[in-house]
Amino acid sequence: MSTVTQTQTAQVYSVFIRATPQQVWEAITTPEFSHKYFHGARLTITPDSYSSVTDGGADLVTGSVLEFDPPRRLVHTWRAMYSPELAAEDESRVTWEIDQRDGGLTYLTVTHDQLEGAPLTAVGVSGEGWMHVLSGLKTLLETGESLYV
Amino acid sequence: MDDDRVFKALADPTRRHLLDRLFERDGRTLTELESELEMSRFGVMKHLRVLEDAGLVVPRRQGREKLHFLNPVPIRLIHDRWIDKYTEHRVAALADLKHTLEDQSA
Repeated sequence: MSTVTQTQTAQVYSVFIRATPQQVWEAITTPEFSHKYFHGARLTITPDSYSSVTDGGADLVTGSVLEFDPPRRLVHTWRAMYSPELAAEDESRVTWEIDQRDGGLTYLTVTHDQLEGAPLTAVGVSGEGWMHVLSGLKTLLETGESLYV
Repeated sequence: MDDDRVFKALADPTRRHLLDRLFERDGRTLTELESELEMSRFGVMKHLRVLEDAGLVVPRRQGREKLHFLNPVPIRLIHDRWIDKYTEHRVAALADLKHTLEDQSA
């Protein structure tokens, strides 16, 4: 299959979703939603804390919230905790931009950057990683169903 | 959102070539992309515009520069439309086999 010849230290993913910005914001920041599309992670994001844990409460990703502007913009740092190799890398940064468009659509853009000190994380989130999350988020908001059974 | 735009954008070899360039190294300026193509700046801009309208390329401002990023999500959504998670591993196994065999003969 295709391989990325040089891992990108900035990655951008966008998707149109038939939902309101408020619905998208809630799906990003609350555990009941995130559990159904974010690799099973339970996310709780508030103006001053970022938490992403398993059902058992173990940290999946840790980070701090840099910008919190509902329902438009969210910026937080990212350190993956699900493997020791990833946890040892530098923190990177994730920016969520939620843009209302005509026709009941919302354009969501995720930018994962500052990955210079996190090459394994960069590989991990590229390809399947963020695409799977965004595809699952779109399916959940548009059909009410999870991609997972 | 609009599969027609994605298919139309992908139907042109120059635009696929632009995506290939971004796949190799993402976040490039128009000037960088233009330097690798036998085409006028205006021509490259026009193709980038079609790719942006299809959501396959996302422009980001960084300082004074406009960088172009490959956004693979629309292609993923087309993939999801016909390949579900049960058939995916079979498709992936055949694709891997094809690439392995073809790499050997190269």
